[in-house]
Amino acid sequence: MTSIPESSPVPVQVSDGVHDHQFDDAAQQQEAATLGMWLFLATEVLFFGGLFTGYTVYRSAYPKAFGEASRHLDIVLGTVNTGVLLLSSFSMAMAVQSAQLGKRWRLLGFLTSTAVLGAAFLAIKFTEYAHKFHEHLVPGLQFAFAGSESPHAQLFFSFYFAMTGLHALHMIIGIVMIVVLMVLTLANTFGPEYHTPIETIGLYWHFVDIIWVFLFPLLYLVSR
Amino acid sequence: MTYADVHENYLNASWGWRSWLLTRDHKRIALLYLISITLFFFVGGFFALLIRLELLTPAGDLVQAETYNKLFTMHGLIMIFFFLIPSIPSVLGNFLIPLMIGARDLAFPRLNLLSWYIYIVGGVFTLAAVVTGGVDTGWTFYTPYSSTYANSNVILTALGIFITGFSSILTGLNFIVTIHKMRAPGLTWFRLPLFIWAHYATSLIMVLGTPVLAISITLILLERSFHIGIFDPKLGGDPLLFQHLFWFYSHPAVYIMILPGMGVVSEIITCYSRKKIFGYTFVALSSLAIAALGFLVWGHHMFVSGQSPFAGMVFSMLSFLVAIPSGIKVFNWTATLYKGSISFDAPMLYALGFIGLFTIGGLTGLFLATLAVDVHVHDTYFVIAHFHYIMVGGAVMAYFGGIHFWWPKITGRLYPEVWARIAALIVFIGFNLTFFPQFLLGYLGMPRRYHAYPEEFQVWNVMSTAGASILGLGYLIPIIYLLWSLRYGRVATENPWNAKGLEWQTPSPPPETNFAATPIVTEEAYSYDIHT
Amino acid sequence: MLIELPFWPQEASTVAGSVDVLSLFLALVAFFFSFLIFLLIFFFAIRYRRRPGLAATPVPTRLSLEVLWTAVPLGLTAVMFTWGSGLYMHNQQDPPGAMNIYVVGKQWMWTVEHLEGRREIGELHVPIGRPVKLILASQDVIHDFFIPAFRVKQDVVPGRYTTLWFEATRIGSYRLVCAQYCGTRHSGMIGNVVVMQPQDYQNWLASGADDPPAKAGERLFHTFSCAGCHELQASQKGPPLIGMYGKSVRMESGETVAFDDGYIRESILNPNEKVVEGYRPIMPTFRNQLNEDEIIQMIAYIRSLGTGDAKP
Repeated sequence: MTSIPESSPVPVQVSDGVHDHQFDDAAQQQEAATLGMWLFLATEVLFFGGLFTGYTVYRSAYPKAFGEASRHLDIVLGTVNTGVLLLSSFSMAMAVQSAQLGKRWRLLGFLTSTAVLGAAFLAIKFTEYAHKFHEHLVPGLQFAFAGSESPHAQLFFSFYFAMTGLHALHMIIGIVMIVVLMVLTLANTFGPEYHTPIETIGLYWHFVDIIWVFLFPLLYLVSR
Repeated sequence: MTYADVHENYLNASWGWRSWLLTRDHKRIALLYLISITLFFFVGGFFALLIRLELLTPAGDLVQAETYNKLFTMHGLIMIFFFLIPSIPSVLGNFLIPLMIGARDLAFPRLNLLSWYIYIVGGVFTLAAVVTGGVDTGWTFYTPYSSTYANSNVILTALGIFITGFSSILTGLNFIVTIHKMRAPGLTWFRLPLFIWAHYATSLIMVLGTPVLAISITLILLERSFHIGIFDPKLGGDPLLFQHLFWFYSHPAVYIMILPGMGVVSEIITCYSRKKIFGYTFVALSSLAIAALGFLVWGHHMFVSGQSPFAGMVFSMLSFLVAIPSGIKVFNWTATLYKGSISFDAPMLYALGFIGLFTIGGLTGLFLATLAVDVHVHDTYFVIAHFHYIMVGGAVMAYFGGIHFWWPKITGRLYPEVWARIAALIVFIGFNLTFFPQFLLGYLGMPRRYHAYPEEFQVWNVMSTAGASILGLGYLIPIIYLLWSLRYGRVATENPWNAKGLEWQTPSPPPETNFAATPIVTEEAYSYDIHT
Repeated sequence: MLIELPFWPQEASTVAGSVDVLSLFLALVAFFFSFLIFLLIFFFAIRYRRRPGLAATPVPTRLSLEVLWTAVPLGLTAVMFTWGSGLYMHNQQDPPGAMNIYVVGKQWMWTVEHLEGRREIGELHVPIGRPVKLILASQDVIHDFFIPAFRVKQDVVPGRYTTLWFEATRIGSYRLVCAQYCGTRHSGMIGNVVVMQPQDYQNWLASGADDPPAKAGERLFHTFSCAGCHELQASQKGPPLIGMYGKSVRMESGETVAFDDGYIRESILNPNEKVVEGYRPIMPTFRNQLNEDEIIQMIAYIRSLGTGDAKP
């Protein structure tokens, strides 16, 4: 192994606005950021996966109770929310494309619409939560389910709130990050040669969307 | 004035609290971890001391039962989550991975610092739980005891562990991206030091396994806070679901604890035998095999849990399979000694001790994988002896070996060799005296987590406690002379061991950006046969 | 003074010997490979210690060696797996003609219910030479029923029954311990298994003052008005219970279920999870009204109504 200066033409660079000092060039930084985000999403799959596993175990153990409990969910709101999220993912993909093309105002517009759609999703979700609270279907808060399936129905709702709550938390984080991207867009940070954060956060947003695409049928469409 | 005092390096490049607490330098972050895990090691060790003192006599007369339950719980939690899991990766991995691959830093330096802060916050939560009454669920948090019945600081502790898990995930993520994307020109995968392979495999487990622990803990937190019945059979829950979720992470976690040590051993054995590693490809790929297979064996913790016997058989077979790659490593390390030129510096003593003790620990794992025998020894001191052979006889010895081996690189000073060898021998003797009798106690039927036992078990227990005091002494001595060496140790040159590896091609201690110019790699790893 | 160092527990059951033989084999393999590695390291360390004039000699990797030390351990572990699983599966099968004894673990004691009517706390009397099947229930957290001298162990899990069987081969008293951490007095949840000659055991059974659990179960059956629907013969409201124990029953869902202890327990606590074909899901739950001991008494009563096959 050698480290003789004359055979190594790559000098150390301090951060010059295009890439950080530990990277050799902008391309390396971009690849690292993308790989990092994919790895992070893999951890998220395992994270949600634990909840999906628990849910599946109990659903196959108590199919009747889970079916009955699921019918208490608002399928109209759930379907609307699914549409809202899918639209937001489309909007995010358009934002990425705008960044690639250097269209700053289009980028800002699509980021805004993504954030707004995300907020709409949350508003609808929290409306559903409020309904459930009034119907006494929140485990631990005076839960009362009519019928003999009560404890197993409570299991369903525990998973419902845990899974959609965790999903909502990820949405909130996503929206915050998109707002940050909006601010950075206004500050003219992005262009065709550098828009990695838009792409990586886009990946994150699509992932959160995909989680919902699995949650919706699992929770809302049980024996419908 | 010496060269060390004069040349600019990462230690003297800047001064003040902020330059350390807001650093992005992987080497400084490694030292931040070194200090913190050493503190936790003492806390966990203190609890171990109390446990062994209690077990000197058959009656539970030193501490109350509830206190004893808290002692073993907190000993386990602190040693596993705040010492063993971070030790080699966060100290040696952080320091050395960029150096070994010819990079200026890790891929995400700020994320690296965040990892340390997350670790500290998690540690503070857990220590708070300890000092405000402790937790007594066992480190395994089995439900429904932990979720419904325990009257101790479960929530606070669980929060601490949950938070610390993210430190692990981010470190693993950082390592994987760094190793993939930032290797120096010419450094192909199969020219990488085995330390890197080991940390790569470890990072895969960290990234994929830890989130499942996070969810398990989240569910316990929810259950305890809202009484929602996820694991409480009275409310329809299944206690075994927790065990599956918990062990899905906690089994791979033990490979997080041992794989880095195996990487350290490969570096040391080659250097002090002056030889290429025997079977490089096999050792490298065995790390990946252990990581992959390690995810498939968790049910071997549950053979008597009420799990189906057929599931038991599948897990038993896979558990035997996961032992094979470890055996391959042991044979390859031993073969590396053949026709070498062997010197017995302290790091080598630790590495050789590792091979011996890890072998014993691994072979006793076969007892546990064997269904009919595990029925007898499950949840007895046999299991405790098994995992301490691997964790302490293996991982901790590798950690100490690595600290000594890279001490000159990290600090610019040499440790005192004679004292280091004495300490290594004391550790080896004390360790065996502490833990070998526990195999016998286990087979005799002494259960885990008991603070009182029948009279006829006292002889082995006394022997074990005596060993523990010797072991403790063996750990104290290096703390003293390593601190001493910072001021009075002989100044180290760039490569005091004449070792191969890019980390030895830069001054001791290294400059802030590691290399004056990016190295170009033209040799295989451990090219000790090529004399430069 | 000769200190008697204990190395392994007595062998007091039919399976203890075979478990010990397997353990001995494992120990021999462990000792062999440990010594092999230790000796090799020791030998190489001395033979190849660094000294002037002796340089390291490069040794190329030999695939044949890699194959050897992969294949031999694979072969050995295959033997261990086959032997261990075979013995395990054999030990899992309930032997025919086993006598059933019910055990409840609760923080922090064991209660034992003999069907003939004796209740014990912290002790389990059994006859020698007869297979005994324990039906284990937990009142609260997970416990574990472990008799080292018999080499048997089984977790006791709340919410379900687990079982364990053994056949004692030596007269004597053997330690019983809880082997799953269960809280404050986990170390105190111990007891004794007392193995007696069959005649002594019969005498011991007969000398008890307690009612057989079936009698207590009958009282509960009437207290909770079970007879209102389950009038022992077929009725419109609830399926029959006479002569049902051990039979197979068809459910509304189409699945066939064995009328065993677990099924009875589930029917009492979660009645509408499995509904017998031809009946409606109208049975109320007794979830918070009966503890594990009482459920066992109910089971004992239903058993006493006649079984589909073997006697208790």
